[in-house]
Amino acid sequence: MLLAMLPMATPLAGAAPFQNALNPTGIQAAHIYTLWNVMLGVCTVVFVATMIGLLIALRRGGRGDETTPAEVARFGDPERIAHRSVVASVAISIALLLFLLAASVFTDRALARLPLQNALTLDITAHQFWWEVQYNDDPPSRNFITANELQIPVGRPVIARLHSDDVIHSLWVPNLHGKKDLIPGETSLIQFRADKAGDYRGQCAEFCGWQHAWMAFNVKALPPSDFERWAEQQRHSAPEPATDIAKRGRDVFESGPCGMCHNIQGTNAHGQFAPDLTHVASRPTLAAGRLPNTPEHMMAWIVNPQQFKPGANMPAVPLSPDDLRALVAYLQTLK
Amino acid sequence: MSTTAPELRLPPSRHLTPPEVRELERTWSDRPGILGWLATVDHKHIARRFIVTCFVFFLLGGLLAAAMRMQLARPENDLLGPDLYNQIFTMHGSTMMFLFAVPVMQAVAIYFVPLMVGARNIAFPRTAAFSYWILLAGGVFLFVGFVLNIGPDVGWFAYVPLSGPQYSPGKRADWWAQMITFTEVSALLASICIIATVFKLRAPGMTLTRIPLFVWASLVTAFMILFAMPAVMLASTMLIMDRLIGTHFFNPADGGDALLWQHLFWFFGHPEVYIIFIPGLGMLSSIIAPFARRPIYGYPAMVLSLIATAFLGFALWVHHMFATNVAELGKSFFTAASMVIAIPTAIQIFCWIATLWTGKLNFRTPLLYVLGFFFILILGGLTGVMLASVSLDTQIHDTFFVVAHLHYVLIGGAVFPLFGAFYYWFPKMTGRMLSERLGRWNFWLFFIGFNVAFFPMHILGLEGMPRRVYTYPAELGWGTLNLVSTLGAVTIAVSVLLFILNVVVSLRRGALAPDNPWGAGTLEWATSSPPPACNFVDVPIVHGREPLWQPTRGPEYVTGLATHAREVLVTSVVDALPDQRLMQPDSTIWPFVSSLAVSAMFVGSIFNPWAIVWGAIPVAIALTAWFWPGREETRKALALEKAP
Amino acid sequence: MNDARAAVEPRRRRQRPAPADGTALDVRELPSYGFGDHSLMWWGTWGIILIEGTVFALAVMAYFYLRTRVANWPASVDYPGPLWGTINLVIVLLSAIPNVWAKRAAEARDLPDVRKWTWVLLAIALATIAVRFLEFKSLNVRWDSNAYGSIVWTLLGLHTVHLLTDAYDTAVLAVLLVTGPLEGKRFSDVAENALYWNFVVAAWVPIYAVIYIAPRVI
Repeated sequence: MLLAMLPMATPLAGAAPFQNALNPTGIQAAHIYTLWNVMLGVCTVVFVATMIGLLIALRRGGRGDETTPAEVARFGDPERIAHRSVVASVAISIALLLFLLAASVFTDRALARLPLQNALTLDITAHQFWWEVQYNDDPPSRNFITANELQIPVGRPVIARLHSDDVIHSLWVPNLHGKKDLIPGETSLIQFRADKAGDYRGQCAEFCGWQHAWMAFNVKALPPSDFERWAEQQRHSAPEPATDIAKRGRDVFESGPCGMCHNIQGTNAHGQFAPDLTHVASRPTLAAGRLPNTPEHMMAWIVNPQQFKPGANMPAVPLSPDDLRALVAYLQTLK
Repeated sequence: MSTTAPELRLPPSRHLTPPEVRELERTWSDRPGILGWLATVDHKHIARRFIVTCFVFFLLGGLLAAAMRMQLARPENDLLGPDLYNQIFTMHGSTMMFLFAVPVMQAVAIYFVPLMVGARNIAFPRTAAFSYWILLAGGVFLFVGFVLNIGPDVGWFAYVPLSGPQYSPGKRADWWAQMITFTEVSALLASICIIATVFKLRAPGMTLTRIPLFVWASLVTAFMILFAMPAVMLASTMLIMDRLIGTHFFNPADGGDALLWQHLFWFFGHPEVYIIFIPGLGMLSSIIAPFARRPIYGYPAMVLSLIATAFLGFALWVHHMFATNVAELGKSFFTAASMVIAIPTAIQIFCWIATLWTGKLNFRTPLLYVLGFFFILILGGLTGVMLASVSLDTQIHDTFFVVAHLHYVLIGGAVFPLFGAFYYWFPKMTGRMLSERLGRWNFWLFFIGFNVAFFPMHILGLEGMPRRVYTYPAELGWGTLNLVSTLGAVTIAVSVLLFILNVVVSLRRGALAPDNPWGAGTLEWATSSPPPACNFVDVPIVHGREPLWQPTRGPEYVTGLATHAREVLVTSVVDALPDQRLMQPDSTIWPFVSSLAVSAMFVGSIFNPWAIVWGAIPVAIALTAWFWPGREETRKALALEKAP
Repeated sequence: MNDARAAVEPRRRRQRPAPADGTALDVRELPSYGFGDHSLMWWGTWGIILIEGTVFALAVMAYFYLRTRVANWPASVDYPGPLWGTINLVIVLLSAIPNVWAKRAAEARDLPDVRKWTWVLLAIALATIAVRFLEFKSLNVRWDSNAYGSIVWTLLGLHTVHLLTDAYDTAVLAVLLVTGPLEGKRFSDVAENALYWNFVVAAWVPIYAVIYIAPRVI
């Protein structure tokens, strides 16, 4: 704890604090941040000491050139001072390495000992290039699915089972924890807890193809009551459209190709290959963090997704301007 | 490459008459003309070609890096789209790792190991020639694919399932996998040549405890290659089979496993970086001794450290997989091993500091590069200790922190020693000195540019920037550091241009180099600059670790080797007692022709598995012609023959 | 051969003898070829053995690794039929006999025996290859059925490649021993080919065990 108070490193001015391992807002990331400070401290000392040793050696050593006779007398010389210095330096290095090894193992253990009572359990499935997040509850009829976002209650542990539908991805929210790979054919596990409310960002951290760079997700840590309210809202199906334009929009959605991939609970569209859109209007971004969630961006995205995310699996959807406006008007009602 | 005619610079012999010396030189020289050039089995010519070719790949890899840095200099930049960017970072990594770093180190060993051990040529010279041609073929193959837009785009590590048949249609991933085959065959064969040379072709009196540290490093590296390269050959072959003939090694739906690829690849991949690093360590010892005017302190510790590093290097590979679901207890073992490997390197560093401390220093460009190594590699090694921790690694794995670390250790640990070695050995290879003034400019621009380019990446990684991204959002605030990094990259480019300028100018107008411009102690300096075709007119006899520094006692040179045939002296493994006179082959075109046949077979087999069968026929013919003894050659051998 | 010697000897004789002051070491009486670790080719052959041995070892490890990834092994197919594999095991082990005799004859520089045993070895090598085709047919799985099939075909295929290449090497040597041109070094080549064939024989034992016995046991 003393070490954690050492002001070793702070987020550098200019870099955002919301996707940042140097700004831990959860206990797992905090453990790792402590370890980082310890290692940074020890390594800096070792580096400086070695450089000083080198500089002294350079100053101390006499000067010579190619004609200076080489000191072959050294061959028979036991060179005791050099011997002792090298042995001492190596001994100190070994001791420091052992210390760092211990620090690492202690941190590994701390990470494994996150208290898991009353944990929220998730099943996260990574796809090229979006995140499917299923919230589990008891009974399972209370489960719900969202996409490209993680909203979690502050102070409550989260256990996420990680799956992949296609290639290897990696889930990474640096403010909360280190990353974990999602590997097809395997189920891995990550456990973390947010300790401070706020908005963060996570990003895929294993090269997964064309749009690896734009496979992000929003993370929101909420006070528990706010979280329950959000979860309850997520369990509801999509509301009936109130206005004519929204009704037309729903018709466009249901009669067009959208439903082949996307699901909106409460409509005829039950596609399972793309992000669930039942509550799409409640998310801050579109297309896994690629675009802000505004009507203009949504229209542009639908018309030509490849312009923003070449290689994403969503094809261009040709619609008349009126249909497009209506569709977006409908989708924007899905809070 | 010297502008003076070789005969005029032939060293005098203590036992051969001048006509005999000229005959000896003629015997060992290549035949003139293009056929002679293609047919060389002179290790110096092979190695020079290798070094130039690898340097061209270094430049191409650098251009690819420059393109990446231009794209990343600003957030949401549109200079390169994702497809091209992914191809470029794949090509950059593959070029630097497979076409530059490993082969150039072997090339320097191919040039200098025979000279340092007092041999007239490398062992298995035809195999060494083949090793070069097949590397050239592999590199050309890779870049042809890139230019034709069928080059690889799945990273230099090509993880499955992304690189498998389902998610990488077309031939891109096959192109990468087969490039592996070309370059691994080259490296494996060159290793056999080096091992046999070190064990059997040393000058009399050069016991194993007297061989230069660079030779130890080359030997250790060659053994590492023998055990590491098969893993990636097997993995890449399995990948091609999954893609071409429907096997299921990496397909979880049919019993395969995505992590099998990672285990096999990293079982190769981790030793690979030590294969690149250890020769650099050897070069450092070669440079420090003459520039400190004393032998390296702690020779036994240095040798044992090289060997320990090599062994430990095979015990680390899972540290590349800490983010997967490999068992946690297993991961801890790899943390411990990854930290322990710092110890032998630390031993070497402290021994070098002790050498410098007690020496008399000659601050020329080679030594500057050595000092650059200390700063950069030690920093990189320490971030390596950080990455060794499972917990910390889960934050910084697959981020720009790792990009920083790997460049600090590879450029600091291998490229800086390599440049130092260029400045050190250029006079021996070409007969001319490089400009000291341009050398300093080259060094300082490289050193400053490198740190400006790569240090910010540590911070970017901690601040959340993953690797292998073609762009990043503006609101994350990574733009400034990325721009700084790009400016550093530009500086590096300028420094490399200065190096090329230095080489070009010095080849024409550099000061002529004497036999031993640096006053060094090892055998390569006991012959002219550049060496004659026969390396040593009088094969030396060795009495100590630094033969040119130590007084001789007893016999000083060897007599009785033929001057009309390419005889090399074979000695015993440990004590280098004279054992055999071995007749080596003359120049021959068959290594070159065989490389063409093998290349055709390799290229064909990514399109059709039957290419292996049909392609094997010309390969068999070429290899048989390679081996089949000629009548004239046999007559010459019979005349010199003596049974054991 | 005597003419050739005569053409060369005068030039050697014209070389000055080594000075008697002890500064030179004269090596002209050293042999010009050797066996075992005296021979450079022995070292080269061991280099190849280490490489190929590592490939085999890694493939065997991949076999057992893949075993841990599934519940049933072999998955939904029969065990490999043991008949032809075991017959080949016997033939391969028997091939060691002419191999060792060829090596001994080479070290004794007995050309007629070397010729004889090399041709016998070639015949047996061809027999192992013929039986190998039958082995592939009785594996009871295709390479593209599942990962088990893939690794079994790869193990068998790797060894087959070695049988083929070493049989070809042996054939080339066998022909050369008849047609010439021959010199003492060729005896050394025969000895090193024998070394490599010993490796191919020895490698078959564990691979046979992995393909035919392991699935019944693990």
